Amino acid sequence: MRQVLLRLAAALPTLCGVVVVTFLLTRVLPGDTATYFAGPTASAEAIEQIRRELGLDLPLPEQFWRYVVALTKGDLGMSLTTGQPVRAEIATRLPASAELTLCALVLAIAIAMPLGVLAAVRQGSLIDHACRVLTTAGVSLPVFFTGLLLVYVFYFVLGWMPAPLGRLDAFATAPPQVSGFYLIDTLLAGDTETFRAAAAQIVLPATTLALFALAPIARITRASMLAVLGSEFIRTARASGLSGPTVVITYALRNALLPVVTVLGMVFSFLLGANVLVEKVFAWPGIGSYAVEALIASDFAPVQGFVLTMAVLYVLLNLGIDLLNRAIDPRARHGA
Amino acid sequence: MSNVLSVQDLSVAFHTRAGVVHALDRVGFTVGAGETLALVGESGSGKSVTAYAIMGLLEAAGQVTGGRALLGEIDLLAASPAALARIRGKRVAMIFQNPRTALNPIRPVGTQIADVMRRHGGATWFNARDRAIEALRAVGIPDPARRARAYPFELSGGMCQRVMIAIAMAARPDLLIADEPTTGLDVTTQAVVMDLIAEMAAQTGMATILITHDLALAAERARRIAVMHAGHVVEVAETATLLARPMHPYSARLIAATPTAAGALDDLQSVPGALPDLRGTIIPACRYAARCDRRQADCGETLHPHEAEPGHSIACHHPLGVAA
Amino acid sequence: MSPTIAPTAPRDSIWAHARYVLAGNPVTLFALCLFLAYALMALLGPMIAPFDPMASDTTRALQAPTWRHWFGTDQLGRDILSRVIVATRVDLGIALASVVLVFAAGGLAGLAAGFFGGWVDAVVGRIADTIMAFPLFVLAMGIVAALGNTIPNIVLATAIINFPLYARVARAETLTRRQAGFVDAARLSGHRDGALLLGQVLPNIMPIMVVQMSLTMGYAILNAAGLSFIGLGVRPPTAEWGIMVAEGASFIVSGEWWIALFPGATLMLAVFCFNLLGDGLRDIVDPRRRT
Repeated sequence: MRQVLLRLAAALPTLCGVVVVTFLLTRVLPGDTATYFAGPTASAEAIEQIRRELGLDLPLPEQFWRYVVALTKGDLGMSLTTGQPVRAEIATRLPASAELTLCALVLAIAIAMPLGVLAAVRQGSLIDHACRVLTTAGVSLPVFFTGLLLVYVFYFVLGWMPAPLGRLDAFATAPPQVSGFYLIDTLLAGDTETFRAAAAQIVLPATTLALFALAPIARITRASMLAVLGSEFIRTARASGLSGPTVVITYALRNALLPVVTVLGMVFSFLLGANVLVEKVFAWPGIGSYAVEALIASDFAPVQGFVLTMAVLYVLLNLGIDLLNRAIDPRARHGA
Repeated sequence: MSNVLSVQDLSVAFHTRAGVVHALDRVGFTVGAGETLALVGESGSGKSVTAYAIMGLLEAAGQVTGGRALLGEIDLLAASPAALARIRGKRVAMIFQNPRTALNPIRPVGTQIADVMRRHGGATWFNARDRAIEALRAVGIPDPARRARAYPFELSGGMCQRVMIAIAMAARPDLLIADEPTTGLDVTTQAVVMDLIAEMAAQTGMATILITHDLALAAERARRIAVMHAGHVVEVAETATLLARPMHPYSARLIAATPTAAGALDDLQSVPGALPDLRGTIIPACRYAARCDRRQADCGETLHPHEAEPGHSIACHHPLGVAA
Repeated sequence: MSPTIAPTAPRDSIWAHARYVLAGNPVTLFALCLFLAYALMALLGPMIAPFDPMASDTTRALQAPTWRHWFGTDQLGRDILSRVIVATRVDLGIALASVVLVFAAGGLAGLAAGFFGGWVDAVVGRIADTIMAFPLFVLAMGIVAALGNTIPNIVLATAIINFPLYARVARAETLTRRQAGFVDAARLSGHRDGALLLGQVLPNIMPIMVVQMSLTMGYAILNAAGLSFIGLGVRPPTAEWGIMVAEGASFIVSGEWWIALFPGATLMLAVFCFNLLGDGLRDIVDPRRRT
């Protein structure tokens, strides 16, 4: 527990950096926030008035102080286009993004790790070559393009999947909110029909994201497994006559997981970014599409809130990955 | 005395980018129950490759190109991978140099012993832990119940080697192959580890193959010594015989290069020259010829190991102590 | 396998080695050919496009590929093949500019961090860490949104998110060179720090940095196209792959696949090409890291 707190403390400077950058993004750089807020037809006095109301006439450090104070109260400002508090809007849209990203990640891991392990165990085999092609091709995929291709093939041509129009089709009603994840909430409500509808909707966007996340996971799994399989303790395990599955899974894979878990952090960074593009393609009502709408409207507070939320999420994720590493590796637990 | 392991004409080749390397050529020796045989030679002479070939642990590039390794009636070189996996750890066990890296770094040592016991030693999920603790106690680890939960990085090198021995002894094997078991340990620990191996062998009647570059260690611990050079076994003899009357020029050089308690450092001589290039097809019949000061015209002719006297075999056309 | 780093080989042997690697590696050769094709499209652009990429002709709108329009026409009747060709210069230009920028900034920062250590290292490290704390594409979105929706800002944003990567590679490489000892030798023979940095260390870390450039070119292209796709950066009616895919997106559900497919495939192939090329170059420069 103490270690968790220590690690949390170590993440604080990074969080501070994130807050400073998000602040700077909107205040110091060219572009007059007050003019944005006032709208194109506003008079000079009106703009001045807004400037004062927003505290933009104050010296920079004081503005920053106010920003931080507002942040500690959970105040991310108001959206200009919708007139709603940014925090509330992000909070309602976050589960949609989280559900999509997690589904994609689980899917990617479920495919990429066995693939990487097999490629390493059967080095030079057909599956190894397939893995290499897939990893190079995978990192070259523009997610927005693969998403469209999947829609064309599976919706338009084959008709297997519903139209790419969000989390549920127009005839279904959202389940009562518990976790915010439709796949879970529908089951909790015992509504298998809506569950099927929600699952059908999420298949394509999750696959699109997973295809993208597959490559780095498979690549590092293969490399890491190869390194571990060549190590001395695997030789010991083989010399002791341990069975193939024990050697590969209990001995090799668990050691090989360490670099894989570390790479998951990077994969998450990619996924959170790619999420924005995929949400736009599939009209997914998550925070990514919210940010894109705000960007187009030059609506500042939501963008700022979005960037901050993503960064905080990402810092927390890295924290989680760190703790996972400690759980796997006794040497890290002992600070060795 | 019955032979536990009989290796005959074992040849191994490695396929590398630079060509085929003939790492072992018609290697042969035997080891009997309760006996310790030392495989001695400089690094690169093929001692470890011999052990890996017997264990079926050669890396993918290595290939056994001929010979037999009979463990009882089973030819280990011809056994299927599955059959070999049942034999390894159960009938033939192996310990390695650098015990700390030879153990799984993220698995408690007691669990690693228990893994092998469950596989071979007839232990069940329920008693494997207790038996692993017993095994740790048997190899002289104090407070074994606590140490069973330790990870390799928390133990000293000597402790780790004891754990390795406990793993190797888990199923009471007929043969233990110890590959440089004391390399990387400090001197006092070396003696303790070697004593422990000897004690275990005495208790169970297990045969031991001790692989070492240290002739002094071999002389102290082994009943018989096989000297290896560049993938050949050049001489096999009882330890006392070999030290007193070496017949192969290389053995003689090796003895002269080994410090003894009595001898002065000034008397030490290094073995001149280096191991020959074992790539390609043109390899001299006697791989020592280029380094040998007794080389004669017929040294290029086909060479077969032969018994010069009972229990003393050599591979040399012009052995020492024999009129040329 | 050995930890020692040999100084860069003389030029002749690098070329000889490159020829050797290419001969045994058809994939890299293929990537090289593909790269040359893209380079030609970027350089010649409008000269080889069969039609005016901007000329709309509503009578010919939404035509599937024909012999006249190999890639079909879009909703305004513009020739997609011509637009794809002309867009090459825009996309590769943005990517190249950002890579050159980050190569200079990140490379120099990493070089200085590795060479001087101390507070320089600490500052560069902190900047890199802060950038890495963001999901990179999201940070790029934020930067472009804040700075304004222009091509130079896309270039800048793409450069910024790649900064940590370059700084780290340059720093690590500089450190190994410094420890290799020949920098000390040069210092003892009276070279000054600045001269030493640029004269001794920079040329030695150059090959690995060039590999890095090729590997990030693909990512930079993806990033720029992604930003355009969501409506940042390049704006219609400019021909650009990301925008063209975005324009084709709404027609996918009604079956007009060619509008999005051709620019998307061209984009994908370009990224693929740079990734293959980067892997190939790495094999040439640093055979030890071959996987």
